[in-house]
Amino acid sequence: MPEQPFEPGRAIAGTGAGGAMDLATTEAETLERTPGGPLGTGPAAKPRSLWSDAWRDLRRNPVFIISALVILFLVVISLWPSLIASGSPLKCDLSKAQEGSQPGAPFGYDGQGCNVYTRTVYGARTSVTVGVCATLGVALLGSVLGGLAGFFGGGWDAILSRITDIFFAIPVVLGGLVLLSVVTSNTVWPVIGFMVLLGWPQICRIARGSVITAKQNDYVQAARALGASNSRILLRHIAPNAVAPVIVVATIALGTYIALEATLSYLGVGLKPPSVSWGIDISAASPYIRNAPHALLWPSGALALTVLAFIMLGDAVRDALDPKLR
Amino acid sequence: MLLEVRDLHVEFRTRDGVAHAVNGVSYAVDAGETLAVLGESGSGKSVTAQAVMGILDMPPGRIGGGEILFQGRDLLKLKEEERRKIRGAGMAMIFQDALSALNPVLSVGDQLGEMFVVHRGMSRKDARARAVELMDRVRIPGAAQRVRDYPHQFSGGMRQRIMIAMALALEPALIIADEPTTALDVTVQAQVMDLLAELQREYHMGLILITHDLGVVADVADRIAVMYAGRIVESAPVHDIYKAPAHPYTRGLLDSIPRLDQKGQELYAIKGLPPNLMDIPPGCAFNPRCPMAQDVCRTDEPPLYEVDPHRGSACHFWRECLHG
Repeated sequence: MPEQPFEPGRAIAGTGAGGAMDLATTEAETLERTPGGPLGTGPAAKPRSLWSDAWRDLRRNPVFIISALVILFLVVISLWPSLIASGSPLKCDLSKAQEGSQPGAPFGYDGQGCNVYTRTVYGARTSVTVGVCATLGVALLGSVLGGLAGFFGGGWDAILSRITDIFFAIPVVLGGLVLLSVVTSNTVWPVIGFMVLLGWPQICRIARGSVITAKQNDYVQAARALGASNSRILLRHIAPNAVAPVIVVATIALGTYIALEATLSYLGVGLKPPSVSWGIDISAASPYIRNAPHALLWPSGALALTVLAFIMLGDAVRDALDPKLR
Repeated sequence: MLLEVRDLHVEFRTRDGVAHAVNGVSYAVDAGETLAVLGESGSGKSVTAQAVMGILDMPPGRIGGGEILFQGRDLLKLKEEERRKIRGAGMAMIFQDALSALNPVLSVGDQLGEMFVVHRGMSRKDARARAVELMDRVRIPGAAQRVRDYPHQFSGGMRQRIMIAMALALEPALIIADEPTTALDVTVQAQVMDLLAELQREYHMGLILITHDLGVVADVADRIAVMYAGRIVESAPVHDIYKAPAHPYTRGLLDSIPRLDQKGQELYAIKGLPPNLMDIPPGCAFNPRCPMAQDVCRTDEPPLYEVDPHRGSACHFWRECLHG
């Protein structure tokens, strides 16, 4: 067998395209590629984007893991509370009022003789529903309005900005007392609607700002120069690059909406009995804080833990989505 | 003529006043021809190109007058939707910094394929196949594997090749390259320029090369238009300009190129600064910096004098300049 002359360039050239070899092999730059092709070094030869990078960061972050587990647990028990709590949260026995921990009622009984453990478990559903729905509503409304205002600018943008200013001037609790006190429906929806009404300007501003920032990128002008339409530019080129701040703020806001629901229920304008909510329980238990502190501590603790979990999650997501921290 | 710009005026309304970025530019490019537009930052060369492409930000930008004839049609009279269809398919643009001109969250295959999806209504799968072809065409090794990679995973030269591939995707009749090699290493610059010139010959495209690099121009351009303060001060076939410039500003630019035989001497620079576009000096805009300026230069704005049938100079004293 005749010996092949050794050609250092060929080994690399093998991966290239047909007649282009002469040029390609002379380029030292071919060699400075990151892992990702036939020349890649690591086994992680998958393409990486902002999102996959963020996901990789998140999986390594203990704060994210702990908060995600807590949230997962909350979601599961709000969907199927009977998994861990037997009996109805509305079945109360006055003769057991303010009794302490005992078999069947690990958290004891409250002033009305209701099982605190059962009520705390069932209360999660209200909190999670309000938090998730209010956040989705706020994020959708705010980012659509803010995104359009930021992209098109002009008169509508100016008007919208003033409207958000007006909403920022409304004190949340006072607004809740005024608006929700006239509502007779005893479901979570008026509360959620109120939160969306007062919450969207926050997301709107953030979305507007980040769309304006993204709009100035060269690749947006490049897309325009190559004939992309406005909707395509907005949805495909701007939105994915502008959505990160919205996600971060929305995650953190979720925790505050849960706390706000409890606040409003505590004040008597959110949910009202016989609905089950941590806010209602905290409100009902607070007069008896000296005799039966457990009836106050368990729902308060659950509320604090839930809010904390969402805020920690938001923090972790923010860190992961900020390339400058990497 | 493929593209003819006639007496184009562009201004920007800012809080401090109106900046006159382009003041009556006229130039023309034919199919297969390369026109180099030369000038300092702020001379209006990029703004003219953006006006031709129709990607000027308006407001604050405003086209004050003139015509842009592309394949016989005045682009300024077309509706936005018609112009959009011309962008990418009829004319395309290559940007200076490919890293910022490519979307970081989309794979290069998606971005290349987008051209076919937007203009040809292809399915994503077909578009992906065409993207691989294009990457092969601009000599990206291993195109089939790399089509899923993201812009930041490519080196500078490879990214600029992807930009070129995007611009060429639909085989437009005109390409505008805005300083396509400024962000690259010198060694890579030559390769990218060669590739661009070769593809231009192959497709018989008109090319407008915006640059401030006289070295790049000499190799690839057929004609040169030198811009200063939003006007064309000299327009000529490339070899004539290098032989004997007919405008003192062009002369200044050529003298500013560092030369090996002048080692150890101080580098030449045109004295003074480019004019403030909100307050362009009366007469010839170059007069405060011009070594040849006379009184007439401070009062009368020079028209583009015909030096010979292929050549023009906006200098009252072009004869003196041309002959030494």
